[in-house]
Amino acid sequence: MNWKTFFALLARDAHVARRNVIAIMLQTFLQPMMFVFIFGRVMVSSGYMPPTYKSLLLPGIMAISMIFTGVWAVAMPLIGEFQFTREIEDRLLAPIENDWLAIEKVFFGAAQAVVAGLVVIPAAWLLLRPGVELNLPSPLTFAGITLLVALMSACGGLALGCSIDQTKIGLMFSMVLTPMIFFGCTYYPWSALANFPILQKIVLVNPLVYASEGLRGTLVPQFPHLPVIAVFAALLIFDTFFLVFGLRQFRRKAVT
Amino acid sequence: MLAGIRTQDLRKVYTSPPPLAAGGGFGGRRSKQPAREILALDGLSLDVRAGEIFGLLGPNGAGKSTTVGILTTRVRPTSGKVWIGDYDVWAQQVEVKRLIGVVAQRPNLDFSLTAREILLFHGAYFGIDSRTRSARATELLERFKLSDRGHQLVRGFSGGMMQRLSIARAMMHDPQVLFLDEPSAGLDPQTRLLLWEIIREYNQSGKTILLTTHNMEEADALCQRLAIIDHGRDIALGTPAELKASVPGGFLLRLRFGAHSPEIFDRLKTLSGVREVRVLAPTDGEHGADVYADRGGSLVSEIASLAAATSAELSDLQISEPSLENLFLHHTGRSLRE
Repeated sequence: MNWKTFFALLARDAHVARRNVIAIMLQTFLQPMMFVFIFGRVMVSSGYMPPTYKSLLLPGIMAISMIFTGVWAVAMPLIGEFQFTREIEDRLLAPIENDWLAIEKVFFGAAQAVVAGLVVIPAAWLLLRPGVELNLPSPLTFAGITLLVALMSACGGLALGCSIDQTKIGLMFSMVLTPMIFFGCTYYPWSALANFPILQKIVLVNPLVYASEGLRGTLVPQFPHLPVIAVFAALLIFDTFFLVFGLRQFRRKAVT
Repeated sequence: MLAGIRTQDLRKVYTSPPPLAAGGGFGGRRSKQPAREILALDGLSLDVRAGEIFGLLGPNGAGKSTTVGILTTRVRPTSGKVWIGDYDVWAQQVEVKRLIGVVAQRPNLDFSLTAREILLFHGAYFGIDSRTRSARATELLERFKLSDRGHQLVRGFSGGMMQRLSIARAMMHDPQVLFLDEPSAGLDPQTRLLLWEIIREYNQSGKTILLTTHNMEEADALCQRLAIIDHGRDIALGTPAELKASVPGGFLLRLRFGAHSPEIFDRLKTLSGVREVRVLAPTDGEHGADVYADRGGSLVSEIASLAAATSAELSDLQISEPSLENLFLHHTGRSLRE
């Protein structure tokens, strides 16, 4: 393993991200913050939503922001760089195994997702307060869940980015990401689907469910949530699956 | 370390569409379309000596870019083996990547970076320390006349500027073996001369250079040895002079006839200096023959009187001096330009 090259690849991505920092911030936070404001502030203060909804909403918003950031940070550059211009070629010719380039992308995407998640908490808290009741019974469990969610988003980004053509980015949003958000237990706990037993089972294939429920279970455990241990297991399975599948797709794209 | 290049029985069959150029690809398979097999390389064996400028000359689609792609870890061969120096390209990719610099046919620059950053990050990937990196980037920008554009994003660059920067980037880590896939395509004549000078200079420091071209003038001017390839096979190998000398006579006269009697083809062979007459398959009612001979212009009047004597209607006559083009035509029956 060639660490010098690995860090140079990371430095390149960090440099490009720094150049686009405002666009990245807007992409990541604008929509969730508007959602927080409308549902957590407007709807609650006008009495259409109970005040406790503020606390229930926060982990879901954190999950959405993290997943979006990670997927976006890995998938979008990959889709672009593997296209006609083959911008990635220079890095595929760097003296390091090709897989490490994919892993570097995942690492960088996951780091961005962690930052996004950690920024959402104070930002949402500022928008929502007072009345947000965050408990953090086990910071370590919370950190573990956050890391696994971040990795899942970045590995998912690798898998999507290496499987989707540039012309189908719109489709990726309407067919993959939007349904994921609505059926991802982000705006409601999984237990709220009890009245729709079939749907409740189906949504379990949605990785976002485990992100929202896991963060809910570790940030606001006063609300119903899936058992944390089950969430850990599911996140590990999704992380591994996306990584293995993503690497396979990456190799196919990298070498003709 | 001096490093040569060797390929042995290289075959490549594409089942998905082949790359547009050197290692490029469309990526994902289109499962709806039936897999179409395209034979790009058909048992190509080459031996490029360390420290030489070696050219692959051939028409579009001959397999030049595929060969470069395989040698540079970008295209996986269907069968056969390739070595750079002592390293097996497909078993020891990282070692090979350290030795090579690659200029693809289409510029594949990192569009998120400025020209200077492209060079600096490229150097960083190869573990060059930051002071050396910076000095070398300045030197290369200067050499390729890009100093004043160093701090601009490369999106707005013209094709020629991108090409120059691609070549500068490939030289950034001072590779032992430099691959240039159609390096002068899209360059103006002045820049082409600059590039030739830079390539020769780089070669003089002991580096091996493999370049592909379909420009005979470039192959002739630059390459110490050449392989002419067509349909994924090498059809001739040697120095430009040897190759040109291998064409019977050297001169080529392409004749076209309207009405004629076949007798004229036999009588052409009897003219002094004529080494070989190849009768071509008739197209659109026109008959033709390629005459390889020791002399060119002075044969014209003799051919004309022969045509008159046999009441043949000579409709066209082209003379080419000894050239690699003639060689290609002699081996394949097709023009390089076709």
